[in-house]
Amino acid sequence: MRPLQPRQLLWLLLILLPLALVVSLLSGAVFITPGVFFATLGDWLSGEPGREGLILFSIRLPRLILAALLGVVLAGAGAAMQGLFRNPLADPSLIGVASGASAGAGFVVVFGGAFFTTGWLGMSLVAVGAFAGGFIAVLLVYRLATSSAGTSVSTMLLAGIAITALTGALNSLFGFFTDNDTLRRISLWQMGSLEGAGWQRVGFVAIAAAVTTAVLPRHSQALNALLLGESEARHLGVDVEALKRRVILLTAFVVGIGVATAGIVAFVGLMVPHWVRLLIGPDHRHLIPCSLLMGALFLVVADTLARVLILPAELPTGVITAMIGAPFFVSLLIQQRRRHVGGVLP
Amino acid sequence: MTLAMQGVGLQLNGVSLLEGIDFTVKGGEILAILGPNGAGKSTLLKVLSGECEPSQGAVMFNGHPIREWPAAERARSMGILPQGASLDFPFTVEEVVMLGRTPHDSGQRQDAAIVRKALEAVDGSHLRKRLYTHLSGGEKQRVQLARVLAQIWKDEGSAGEADDPVRYLILDEPTASFDLAHQQLTLDLVGRLASQGFGVVMVLHDLNMAARCASAMLLLSCGRMAEYGLPHRVLTPATIRKVFAVDALVQPHPLTGNPLVIT
Repeated sequence: MRPLQPRQLLWLLLILLPLALVVSLLSGAVFITPGVFFATLGDWLSGEPGREGLILFSIRLPRLILAALLGVVLAGAGAAMQGLFRNPLADPSLIGVASGASAGAGFVVVFGGAFFTTGWLGMSLVAVGAFAGGFIAVLLVYRLATSSAGTSVSTMLLAGIAITALTGALNSLFGFFTDNDTLRRISLWQMGSLEGAGWQRVGFVAIAAAVTTAVLPRHSQALNALLLGESEARHLGVDVEALKRRVILLTAFVVGIGVATAGIVAFVGLMVPHWVRLLIGPDHRHLIPCSLLMGALFLVVADTLARVLILPAELPTGVITAMIGAPFFVSLLIQQRRRHVGGVLP
Repeated sequence: MTLAMQGVGLQLNGVSLLEGIDFTVKGGEILAILGPNGAGKSTLLKVLSGECEPSQGAVMFNGHPIREWPAAERARSMGILPQGASLDFPFTVEEVVMLGRTPHDSGQRQDAAIVRKALEAVDGSHLRKRLYTHLSGGEKQRVQLARVLAQIWKDEGSAGEADDPVRYLILDEPTASFDLAHQQLTLDLVGRLASQGFGVVMVLHDLNMAARCASAMLLLSCGRMAEYGLPHRVLTPATIRKVFAVDALVQPHPLTGNPLVIT
């Protein structure tokens, strides 16, 4: 019924992830053989990086780590959203975090860009803008969907669509008032690209990934109880409102940082927890750690594909994940409809 | 050590949903709440379980107002089975029942034993490894009942400590989607729990089923207590006509002597 035990999946991911990291590091426009790799590593450590050394350690390695950390953040946020809304189709981008964050970041790029485009300060301002934008969007969606009777999932998804449209309009507005150069930067960034990743961006996403990894597993029992229903969870002693607040705050925070550094890499948060659930079941105590690892693995693979598919050019990573994700989403919808063919659920 | 409503009233948007509700359930007692549709039975359970704050009066649980209890502590001694659970994630039956152990930290081994016994008690042992989402409505209801049992489980014969609070079970139409055999089984189970010292409050629709197991009965009509007392006092043709607008004959059951309502 379930193909894998949680422990088996965990081990599998712990083996596959380093493997994927190595393969990704070596492949690209310039393929580097393991032998060359070790020679280059020696050169680089002794402080004389050659061409290969620069490619490996200044271009590919930070990008690779950024992809892995971003995968951790997005998959973790997705698992949390799906648990919180008791809906396997929930995803941070569906409830407006991503588009809100992108509008917030766009605002900062356009209006603050003249002063702070480079360095740590500029980076952190964009991150603050993305965080604020994502947070405001989620808050609006959450408020719209919550009444005294609780949070309605369908209203939430509709509110998410409305807020996404609104932030999209804001983004176009920012684009309209800006010069061509900034416009291209914004639009590239919205496609979700890990291109030109530096260690600073890695540092930011590392903070988000660390917060996700440290905080999210603590809520797994409560999220499990919440799957039974809100009042059921309350009867089991879970402080449901506090749980919602914390998880939404966490999601807005980490996804905001993710979007600020890499744009909108869509569908990772939707697909990864879903795959994990198919493999080992919905228990958050296993689902969350496995999703974090699987998210890293998935985004490393997707980003490697983005780099090598149309050599010598590169695709934005978000395009790859969306091209895998959208058909997957449709197949999920069809499956759900089939499952509820008796009219048990709307 | 009781569960009691003291002069409870509830108004929402100017509409009175409950008024003047007064009753006490001790450990070992079974209170059955009956009434026509829309009488306020489920609302009463919501107030009783602390989910809703009453506009007037108070709900007292083991000596304190129910909403002043720390949530986790209350959850260890009060299990609530709502109507129509909506779990839509593919947990196994065993995992669902295990969720009932959330407020406890009694350890994996003891929890597993309790889950096994709770499933046995609802005749659900054979469902253990099945996926909850693949079960029928009645099976799901039984699994949810087992989950609530696991939440407040106390081993039969185990000497509770002196200050061990009385544990309560609140059930909203627990037999609604059961076949005849499982209705019987559930009522027997409830009776057995009461004899172990649990207090039980349940909403039922079937007057005879209530008469069979309840130690007290509350007839609710338009949010007020129409009748409250021992089953044979409450179940009379006059009260049944007053509350349900149905003419009925009430006779002692030939075997048990409980009132038997014939409509």
